[in-house]
Amino acid sequence: MARSITYREAINEALAQEMERDERVIVMGEDNAGGEGAPGEQDAWGGVLGVTKGLYGRFPGRVLDTPISESAFIGAAIGAATGGLRPVAELMFIDFMGVCFDQIFNQAAKFRYMFGGKAVTPVVVRTMWGAGLRAAAQHSQSLLSVFTHVPGLKVVAPSNAYDAKGLMIQAIRDDDPVIFAEHKMLYDTSADVPEESYTIPFGEANVVREGGDVTIVAIGRMVHTAMEAADELAGSGVQAEVIDPRTTSPLDTDTILESVENTGRLVIVDESNPRCSLATDIAATVAQDAFGSLRAPIQMVTGPHTPVPFSDALEDLYIPDATKIAGAVKTAVDWKA
Amino acid sequence: MTDDRIQRVTMPKWGLSMKTGKIVDWLVSEGDTIAKGDDIVDIETDKIAGTLESPAEGPLRRIVAEPGAELPVGAVLAVVAPTDVPDAEIDAVVEEAKAAVASGSLEAPDEPEPQLVEVGGRTISYLSLGPEDAADPVVLVHGYGGDKNSWLFVQQPLAEEGHRAIALDLPGHGASGKDVGDGSLATLADSVAGFLDALGIGRAHLVGHSLGGAVVAKVARDAPGKVASLTLIAPAGFTPEVDAEYLRGFAAASSRRELKPLVGRLFADESLVTRQLVDDLLRYKRLDGVDKALTAVLGTLLDGDRQALDTRALLEGVDVPRTIVWGTSDRIVPVPEGVELTRVEAGHMPHMEAASEVLAAIKAHL
Amino acid sequence: MTGTLASPASQDLTADQLLDAYRVMRTIRAFEDRVHEEFATGEIPGFVHLYAGEEASAAGVCAHLDERDAIASTHRGHGHCIAKGVDVTTMMAEIYGKATGTCRGKGGSMHIADLSKGMLGANGIVGGGPPLICGRALASKHKGDGGVAVAFFGDGASNQGTTLESLNLATVWNLPAIFVAENNGYAESTSSTWSVASDDIADRAAAFGMPGVIVDGFDFFAVYEAAGEAIARAREGGGPTLIEVKFTRYYGHFEGDQQLYRGSEVAEAQEKLDCLKRFRARVTEGGQLTAEQLDRIDAEVAKAIDDAVAAAKAAPKPGPDDLLTDVYVSY
Repeated sequence: MARSITYREAINEALAQEMERDERVIVMGEDNAGGEGAPGEQDAWGGVLGVTKGLYGRFPGRVLDTPISESAFIGAAIGAATGGLRPVAELMFIDFMGVCFDQIFNQAAKFRYMFGGKAVTPVVVRTMWGAGLRAAAQHSQSLLSVFTHVPGLKVVAPSNAYDAKGLMIQAIRDDDPVIFAEHKMLYDTSADVPEESYTIPFGEANVVREGGDVTIVAIGRMVHTAMEAADELAGSGVQAEVIDPRTTSPLDTDTILESVENTGRLVIVDESNPRCSLATDIAATVAQDAFGSLRAPIQMVTGPHTPVPFSDALEDLYIPDATKIAGAVKTAVDWKA
Repeated sequence: MTDDRIQRVTMPKWGLSMKTGKIVDWLVSEGDTIAKGDDIVDIETDKIAGTLESPAEGPLRRIVAEPGAELPVGAVLAVVAPTDVPDAEIDAVVEEAKAAVASGSLEAPDEPEPQLVEVGGRTISYLSLGPEDAADPVVLVHGYGGDKNSWLFVQQPLAEEGHRAIALDLPGHGASGKDVGDGSLATLADSVAGFLDALGIGRAHLVGHSLGGAVVAKVARDAPGKVASLTLIAPAGFTPEVDAEYLRGFAAASSRRELKPLVGRLFADESLVTRQLVDDLLRYKRLDGVDKALTAVLGTLLDGDRQALDTRALLEGVDVPRTIVWGTSDRIVPVPEGVELTRVEAGHMPHMEAASEVLAAIKAHL
Repeated sequence: MTGTLASPASQDLTADQLLDAYRVMRTIRAFEDRVHEEFATGEIPGFVHLYAGEEASAAGVCAHLDERDAIASTHRGHGHCIAKGVDVTTMMAEIYGKATGTCRGKGGSMHIADLSKGMLGANGIVGGGPPLICGRALASKHKGDGGVAVAFFGDGASNQGTTLESLNLATVWNLPAIFVAENNGYAESTSSTWSVASDDIADRAAAFGMPGVIVDGFDFFAVYEAAGEAIARAREGGGPTLIEVKFTRYYGHFEGDQQLYRGSEVAEAQEKLDCLKRFRARVTEGGQLTAEQLDRIDAEVAKAIDDAVAAAKAAPKPGPDDLLTDVYVSY
């Protein structure tokens, strides 16, 4: 039976169901329970934004709070994964990758290859990403492209509660290291989510909206902004196809190429900084593999080449909005060679 | 005083979750005389695209809802009335209809919710419409990979006519528990028989589609006293021929790309396959346990590339009134020879593509 | 507490154990000496970092370990691999970059690993091992199998943030982890007396709430005793220990290092302190083993290394298809 729950609840439920099903699944991170060693309540936080609440009590000994030592505990999660556990470790903000990136990109990502196929590292690193919370430059980045770049890692970025639960269950069951990126602005959004456990395969994009005039590929929160733009555009007779890749590694290029072959126009919406981004990655692939189908240059709608500003007035300018997306579509649609 | 010969054609309710429908195209024009059951308008919901068969008879005086209009369930779409009813009265009906939509008074009331019941250690989900105390309810059993929602064009009309119509999800399907044990016909039939017992139903009119047809036939064989009649819609086991590739492909498909063309084969008119239909199927297929269930049941349905079941043999000597309905354009199981059946213009899904004829076949037993 | 343990009586080990220990150390020495020779011919690709002189540390610690236990190593990892039971033939082939190598030629000297033997790999990142070892210790604790995890790291890594975080985490989580700081006096060309702020690396143990002990790294028995105590404590749930092993490496940081930064400590060590010489003297004088037994091992090891080199030279290199395999379990 499906009922409407939030993105946050969906992830919590995925964790709980997998922990129930498989005793090797453990959860760790800063304040994942909260109150460790303190005189007040245990499980006081359940994660900084409450995603892991309730797990501490339900699964004694399997939800570990950590000191603020990302290298050590992300590395520990990785080491434990080689030793038969299936850890879900939280890197609280993706912006903190700098203090533990070696363990992720030089160790976990490379074990299987460097060790000749003999290592299995089934670790999930959950992390929050994205702008909009006025959390400023060091707590608002995207950085998905950095992880996507690294062979050996898988990168997942759900845009809604239904996808979040299925992709998290898939991530835990997956035998490779997975970076599971949760957009902080989506935690309170809701969708119909089955009570039962289910998985969504990696590398399968979701065609959220069908349309024949332009392909819009959007990631994370931008999927919703793109849908807003698509509704606006429908009013002026332009039917947009909106594609949510769901995972950036592996990336479902087939669905994107198929769509562009049909529409001839591509707009990519990626809230990250523009250089060496998912937008440029997808644009280059499409330009190479669907060149003949393109009727207009590929349009990329991204954040600017700046850190994320604090003031709400500026942050709102930083983040792509429906108007910018519709404008990019118009450019593509009106293009004359 | 409004002339009570004025008939309103309203937006139907196709399925539990339908709140609104969009007019795609009118197949008749103002001034045409329409008969009950004529195809009059193509309507699209977020779940399905379908053709409304006219509930009314007579001259079509006014089309109220234009193509592209999206209206709530119950909204007036057209007015049918004898030619001697004055235009002014037709106008008044139209005004009233528009006001009803504008006022929001057509907002759907609380719908009946599906329920769960334990049968032989398995959870069965079902939706019961119509009066609970009605005698000999109609019990609708879907086909392979389907669920109770596939009866959306049939269940509601039966309930509206005063019958109790219950659609259930077989084990492994829909919202029922996903464990199917050995997935055999006996296991599935036992669940259905057990379901009747659990609900205190002494006797029921069983309607089964495809695999569901074989299941209800087995129930009738095992306990003919429980079965008032059988309406079998393109049932499994009447011929060895089957599109085995479809069945195997359906079981194995895990992406939209794989599933969409396969699902298209079910219908004579492939445009009935909306994105939502495919999405809903994918959501079902991703649930834990579904893979295992579908594989087990596949083993029951297929023997190599042929059908493994022999429902014809099952029904020999079973003294229960029966009707068999078959779509003449069925691409999954071809129309069998040597069986008395009602042919309808449809593919493998007559209960969706030719619903009023299926309804008539069921009602003939009631 | 920080202390230096006196060397225990060699009567604590059986003859078989003593033979095993000698074999491990002799194998490491012969392996490294041979790689030193072969590398000079130019046939071995990339970098190698040799462990000769340090054998007592790997042997003394790993003598206490079994299949439940895991170790993580450094770029100077051959000794730890051999002590943990990784096959010498596949190791040599890996160093030559051949398809028959432990890692199918895809890791090389710095990444030799055999997870089936609990060897988490040599590691090209200084300080890369300790966090992983916290993880393996956590897994053992979770499984309740009594296993321990040992992080070997150098004086250079003892200053790396990852190491210090791991010491802290191991105590906070009470992990069955043993941290072995192999202080050979140099982090690349930089002296440890300069780069380590405290007098001894073992002093840092107290800062992280665990016992710390210093041992003479040229003395197998000293290492064996300290390691035994730490490992027993960890197995019983007593938490982590930091062991600082002090010795000298006989070769440069990497092969090709001119070692201009060094004094005469290598010659002195080889003459007076060498762990193999001392071991031999002690067990023969103490009557546990005969010189003949040890000589036999020397000969067997020499042959094994010869065979390994010959096999490595003859083995094929990985092919173009191998380039793309084993990035993921499935993609």
